[in-house]
Amino acid sequence: MPSFKKLSDLAWPGRTPAAPRVPRGERSRFSPGDLLAESVAGILQRPARSALTALGTVLGVGTFVAVLGLTATTSSQIDSRFNELTATEVTVEDTGGEQPEFLANAFPADADRRIGALGGVREAGVYWPVRLAPGTTVGSAPPGSGATGEEAQVVAASPGVLAAAEPSLAQGRTFDSYHDRHGENVAVIGSGLASRLGIFTLETAPAVFVGDRAFTVIGIVDDVQRKADLLLSVVVPRTTAEEIWGGPQSGERAKMLISTDLGAARQIASEAALALDPAHPDHFKVVPPPDPKTLRGSVTSDLNQLFMLLAGICLVIGAVGIANTTLVAVLERTGEIGLRRALGARGRHITVQFLAESGALGALGGLVGTSFGTVTVVVMAVHREWTPVIHPATVVTAPLVGLATGVLAGLYPAWRASRIQPAEALRR
Amino acid sequence: MSTAGAPPVIEFRGVGLTYPGPPPVPALQPCDLTVRQGDYVTVVGPSGSGKSTFLNIAGLLDAPTEGRYLLDGIDTGPLADGERTGLRGRRIGFVFQSFHLLPHRSALENVELAMVYNGGARRGRRERAREALHRVGLGHRTDALPTRLSGGERQRVAIARALVARPSLLLCDEPTGNLDTQTAESVLALLDELHADGITLVVITHAPDVAARGRRTVAIRDGVLTEQVGV
Repeated sequence: MPSFKKLSDLAWPGRTPAAPRVPRGERSRFSPGDLLAESVAGILQRPARSALTALGTVLGVGTFVAVLGLTATTSSQIDSRFNELTATEVTVEDTGGEQPEFLANAFPADADRRIGALGGVREAGVYWPVRLAPGTTVGSAPPGSGATGEEAQVVAASPGVLAAAEPSLAQGRTFDSYHDRHGENVAVIGSGLASRLGIFTLETAPAVFVGDRAFTVIGIVDDVQRKADLLLSVVVPRTTAEEIWGGPQSGERAKMLISTDLGAARQIASEAALALDPAHPDHFKVVPPPDPKTLRGSVTSDLNQLFMLLAGICLVIGAVGIANTTLVAVLERTGEIGLRRALGARGRHITVQFLAESGALGALGGLVGTSFGTVTVVVMAVHREWTPVIHPATVVTAPLVGLATGVLAGLYPAWRASRIQPAEALRR
Repeated sequence: MSTAGAPPVIEFRGVGLTYPGPPPVPALQPCDLTVRQGDYVTVVGPSGSGKSTFLNIAGLLDAPTEGRYLLDGIDTGPLADGERTGLRGRRIGFVFQSFHLLPHRSALENVELAMVYNGGARRGRRERAREALHRVGLGHRTDALPTRLSGGERQRVAIARALVARPSLLLCDEPTGNLDTQTAESVLALLDELHADGITLVVITHAPDVAARGRRTVAIRDGVLTEQVGV
């Protein structure tokens, strides 16, 4: 008796038995906090089943994030490749027209000047690899002196090539039109080749011997922005090469490297052939820089659409899975639903509880899927030494897609649950 | 304990229920019944007699097709579904034959569930649930899962859950139906105690010995409710 006295002391105030209708405060309520607690408890009471149910959503959302992330990563990779350098580079190839065997070199002697006269051109130059007699080596001493030579490429280049390649020189200088015009026996070599040949300083005016021909080294190049193969080559003036070895040999045709102002490349590409030889523009094939739009377009290929379709199918399967499990849970928990109704839950409280459970299941699957998708993108990018890129909108949207899937899947079971009559349910 | 002038907890005025056709089945003939505060009324009858119908009407789980039912003086007839539900959650505590405890929740959490829909603050619920479990003699088993409890203990948890919202009426449907004689006796003793504390009790049963514990006994036979006097 005394112990209950204490309990009844706490009886709610304002209970007026004589009130003719239901007092306002007596409507049943279901606070958001309680809703969250009840739905989380509903998911956690069967963790294995919940995990399996969420699997479809995990796969769907994961594929979704991975596909979008990989697309973004590849696109950004193209962007980084397609930088200022590639955007300002035009290459002209000598095709020799219809009968190339009768035309060793289609580039006129004043090719550099002709192209240089075009608006927007910064530097332009013709080059070709020199074909040496078999067994000819490059060395820092004449053959027969005991020093062993190196196998190295010799490139004939007009001064514009070295300028267009934007070299950074370790020592010395590049050759200019003076050297070219006079057929000077000078050479510019890469620093890698220089150290292999034992040339460390230009103060002694060292020479390289190509076969038994000596060339004074006037510059050692540390690095180039374009045409990296120059670093491993002995570059000699075009006229010098022509005097000694003749023009380009068949099979190794000349090319022209043009560096342009930003944005001028495509215009120059359309003019170059005509400027080089107005009578025979068909002797040249001009390679303009790639258009970033078409590149990116090719990334969003049919394959991606297929993957997105797969992601969609996974989501549908996930939704069906959640719907099925929630429906089974509703039937299993009929007694619980009856009890909740007896304890004051309204039909809509039952609806929102089951909706919240299926929604939370979907959102959970979405979160896990987003994580898996992100990890996939990062692993792929690291594997290829790319920078992983995922748009923030993707990461924000993906769990919401999971949530929406769950809520949609829960609609029918939750509606069924709210229709269960408490009197019927409690009889079990 | 009953307060003079206060309306009766249950007041049936010609309440009856007929399940609609075809053919119409009269489950409860129109009847009058008054249960005052602090009463201990037992309702007896064989199975199929209309006991469940009586329980559903008294517990606001089903609406009568005839007559008026006043709970705490409130006419339940014209109430909207939401209002009936609110009234049910606050003013009626149910005790079922099969306990209806949530198997994955502790005894304490099961009792707390009765306060979820009543609009009270979340804070303080745990304390009140603990008190209610103390009241039914289960203060030492608050964290046990129902599967770890004996039948008698489970029914005590259910009684604590019914009491914790401080209802006007404790409505028990065969509270000892799933219990052995000894355990049943202890649960009935608890009900006696609650009655002594002033709780209004309506116990529905088919067992004569349970029925005999009540101060008043009402019999239902073939849908006809009769008060038995002088038992």
